[in-house]
Amino acid sequence: MTRFIADLGYATIRFILELGRIAAFAADVGRAVITPPARVGAFVAELFNIGVLSLLIICVSGAAVGMVLGLQGYNTLVRFGAEESLGAVVGLSLIRELGPVLTALLTTGRAGSATTAEIGTMVATEQLDGLRMLAIDPVHLVVAPKTLAMVAAMPLLSALFIVCGLAGGYLVGVALMGVDAGNYVSSLQNAVDFRDDVLGSVLKAFVFGILVGLISTFRGYTCQPTSAGVSAATTSTVVVGSVSVLLFDYIITALWGV
Amino acid sequence: MRFGTRPVLIDFSCEFPGGRISVVLGGSGAGKTTILRLIGGLIQPQEGRIWVAGTNVVGLSERQLYEVRRKLGMMFQGGALLNSLTVYENLAFPLREHTQLSEQEIAERVHATLAAVGLRDVDHLLPGELSGGMIKRVALARAILRDPQILLCDEPFSGLDPISVKRIEALLRRINQERGITMIVSSHHIPSTMRMAHHVVLLWDHKAVQGTPQELASSPDPQIADFFNEELHEEGVREPQHTPVHRW
Repeated sequence: MTRFIADLGYATIRFILELGRIAAFAADVGRAVITPPARVGAFVAELFNIGVLSLLIICVSGAAVGMVLGLQGYNTLVRFGAEESLGAVVGLSLIRELGPVLTALLTTGRAGSATTAEIGTMVATEQLDGLRMLAIDPVHLVVAPKTLAMVAAMPLLSALFIVCGLAGGYLVGVALMGVDAGNYVSSLQNAVDFRDDVLGSVLKAFVFGILVGLISTFRGYTCQPTSAGVSAATTSTVVVGSVSVLLFDYIITALWGV
Repeated sequence: MRFGTRPVLIDFSCEFPGGRISVVLGGSGAGKTTILRLIGGLIQPQEGRIWVAGTNVVGLSERQLYEVRRKLGMMFQGGALLNSLTVYENLAFPLREHTQLSEQEIAERVHATLAAVGLRDVDHLLPGELSGGMIKRVALARAILRDPQILLCDEPFSGLDPISVKRIEALLRRINQERGITMIVSSHHIPSTMRMAHHVVLLWDHKAVQGTPQELASSPDPQIADFFNEELHEEGVREPQHTPVHRW
């Protein structure tokens, strides 16, 4: 029993220390973002890596999720004779929850893990120490553009996911199940509120972008300088990033009703 | 200096003469690289002072350390070149960051430095396309590019064939003579140490034993003398001087 309490205390202290380290790291990144010179070239390159290279997976996943929602929604709504509301069901589900959350999870798996692996490899091969010895801040040169690109890309990818999802729902509902196209679009228009739903969705995606950006760069930056260390950091990014996204999704929903 | 509970350098004190080549010798895990990283401020000791070009680097913030590092150059064991940049960009990048030179002036300086380390026509190559010896020379070129006061070289001979070892060794000696840079080289390669070093710091049982290579090779301590002479014998540099082994 004493050992259990000691282990629990040790784990708690480690958790709090880790939170403190990531908070200090976030402050460093924030300072680097506003400190000149602006790393525009690095930011654009990262935006390409995170955003453009994720387009296919986001579009395909968005369309697939929309199609499933369309099918499940139709089968449920038709029992109550309310299949004309399919557009509202698909739209609200995607905009309020599934769009930002699934985009964040997919981006964590594809771009977040790649970011961690890239920075971790730079740690293991002493490239970041090499920059320090050249009096160049690696947080400013490497970490800040990657984090900023993740924050910028996440709302855009989430919007794309939602659009593809709506198209997938339309395809199944209208083209396959015979729901009236006008009803699908008008129920969607009537149900979705720009301020509460759309801006709320953007807020969620923005917060998830900060979370995934910070976690993926922090894990890479602080990983053990070995191949096993890089591997463990990459796994940790996917696990911690995904769980954090889901937890923060609940917190944002509870606080702001988004 | 400790890593966790493992002591590396205990009650340790040494100094490196300015404008000379000093070699830090010792077995694997003795703390050679740790000394270079301490000098560069890449790690901080639990206690003590480290004076680098008139500044105590212990306890400095990262921003203050950058000012000290402008006076330093470091050649890492694995090169530490940015893998995503070509050789030319690896060298041009720090000049763009820290100087107001035009692109033409940067190109001239990069090519002059590459020529100084015996490299030509490698501008467009990525680090992954270079041999081990070439990576070391590009890393050396990057380290001396901004004319540092102090050059730190971490295991410059490791993983190289004997010809490349002699080439790097000659290069370091020539740079030291021409530019008067203080060099601190970590190595466990005793033959090259005997040829190039003006001053040797031998890491022995967490402490420093200092002197010229000749002084240490003829040390009254038999274990230290054997440490030098056995290696030299293996390399065929000169006959070993067998001495009885005593506990010290």
